[in-house]
Amino acid sequence: MIFEGKAHKYGRDVDTDVIIPARYLNTHDPDELASHCMQDIDKDFMTRVEPGDIIVAEENFGCGSSREQAPVAIKAAGVSCVVAASFARIFYRNAINIGLPILVCPEAARDVRSGDHLRVDLDKGEVVNLTREKTYQADRFPEFMQEIVAAGGLMQHVKKRQQRG
Amino acid sequence: MSQPMNITEKILARACGQDEVQAGDFVNARLDLALANDITAPLAIKEFEAAGQTRVWDPEKVVLVCDHFVPNKDIKSAEQVKLVRDFARRQGLTNFFDVGRMGIEHVILPEKGLVVPGDVVIGADSHTCTYGALGAFATGVGSTDLAAGMATGEVWLRVPETIRFNYEGEPRRFITGKDYILYTIGMIGVDGALYQAMEFGGGAIEALSMDGRFTMCNMAIEAGGKNGIVEPDAVTEEYCRGRALRTPVMIRSDRGAGYVRAIDIDVSTIEPQVAKPHLPSNTVPASELAGLKIDQVVIGSCTNGRIEDLRMAAEVLRGHRVHPDVRALVFPGSQLVYQQAMHEGLIDIFIDAEVAVSTPTCGPCLGGHMGILAAGERCVSTTNRNFVGRMGHPESEVYLAGPYVAAATAVAGTVAVPEEVLA
Repeated sequence: MIFEGKAHKYGRDVDTDVIIPARYLNTHDPDELASHCMQDIDKDFMTRVEPGDIIVAEENFGCGSSREQAPVAIKAAGVSCVVAASFARIFYRNAINIGLPILVCPEAARDVRSGDHLRVDLDKGEVVNLTREKTYQADRFPEFMQEIVAAGGLMQHVKKRQQRG
Repeated sequence: MSQPMNITEKILARACGQDEVQAGDFVNARLDLALANDITAPLAIKEFEAAGQTRVWDPEKVVLVCDHFVPNKDIKSAEQVKLVRDFARRQGLTNFFDVGRMGIEHVILPEKGLVVPGDVVIGADSHTCTYGALGAFATGVGSTDLAAGMATGEVWLRVPETIRFNYEGEPRRFITGKDYILYTIGMIGVDGALYQAMEFGGGAIEALSMDGRFTMCNMAIEAGGKNGIVEPDAVTEEYCRGRALRTPVMIRSDRGAGYVRAIDIDVSTIEPQVAKPHLPSNTVPASELAGLKIDQVVIGSCTNGRIEDLRMAAEVLRGHRVHPDVRALVFPGSQLVYQQAMHEGLIDIFIDAEVAVSTPTCGPCLGGHMGILAAGERCVSTTNRNFVGRMGHPESEVYLAGPYVAAATAVAGTVAVPEEVLA
């Protein structure tokens, strides 16, 4: 899987309350959630983001709540993947489970600036900064998780296992 | 002869039918309980049904608690709760808790004996880690993981490394489990225990009440922890007596068990802690904030909404009144806590002090309802998070503290400690 888009860069500890404030959790509709994505730290995110764009962040992205609405909002906003120096553990699982591609890449997190044009190759575990002409190496998913992603998400993976009997 | 294992490893080994597991192993663990609430269950139910699943694996082990935007906050919330209620009825769930029968999920599950020592519990709520206080493995997951759990009765997990925290010494007066955990998170940071188990032990933990242990394990997630856990002991046995609905399995760490780190903490040096905006790790002694004007005080939540927490608040508020510029709110964590507080005269103390007392709900903790902040307002709260916009307007501020500091602050109108009010 390969994604290309412009980067939206954030710092560390981007928490689930700023990704999707709780006051909007009275809905679980992805498009409604997407309309409030990143609102409390970046009012203009939803006007700037274009389908395929990539969020790049420093350590501990997605910390805080287990709300799956957070990766759902990001995905529905059109973001193709999130690259971070590290992810909070529940967000990491949730992203894989709903099919939002994520990549751990401290190098990219340090170097990328908002607006940089990036190409992310999930299978190679590689981030190419087309604007700055640099390539960063990322950690690939463990085998187990690659199966879930290949199945299209956790519930699909569950169904497959049930069918195998 | 198998390797020595710590309590988290032993519980997971038992749950996946293996003699032994090691940190880093991927396992499929059998669930004792799967939990969700009114804002996480709707997505889980949607995923469950979209995948063609028709029946939950065990209608006695799926627990649904409506606590976040309940009593129904608005039409959309009412519709989400209805979705959950209808699913609970269709599935014949034994443990569905709605207004009048519910409390905050992480207060009522232990209180009702639904979680017991030795259990493996997943919950679509990050503070599911609370139940580790009972010597169970309990961790927060998202709605899709919960849907998979409801379908299969299992969860895949990577066995975490464990950090062992040893708390020793005598705490000063008015120092609580909340101060211990705020101090700890301040020390290691919001990702200081990322993906790791936090095992809390030592003489000061042995001397800590079950309510205090729940408070500590509740906030393991705020340090990025996979789970928080306390080895069961006489305090645990006493708590389970007459309460546990199933037979507890008392598991303790083996001598020589492996830990990735050991951190020793002398609790006698701990002062009352406050976490300043906007991270739970941004802790300072309360004395450093003396004179800071506060608009609202919240006492309650899955962190500090138990009877002991209300007693602490009442001890400070008795005979005093909340400062005229402050709004103080108390949220008993369950109907039982509420009633017990009533019988002990605590509700009278609160109302005499001009505190607002609410039916159990998560309410303002996550900026839902029942005490939202306007721009520029500050709240001292016994809750667990203070990120930007957590309790209302993005330009409001939340300071996290224990019930003693919260109650003293309510009286003083500025950040205060009990000694100032009780003098």
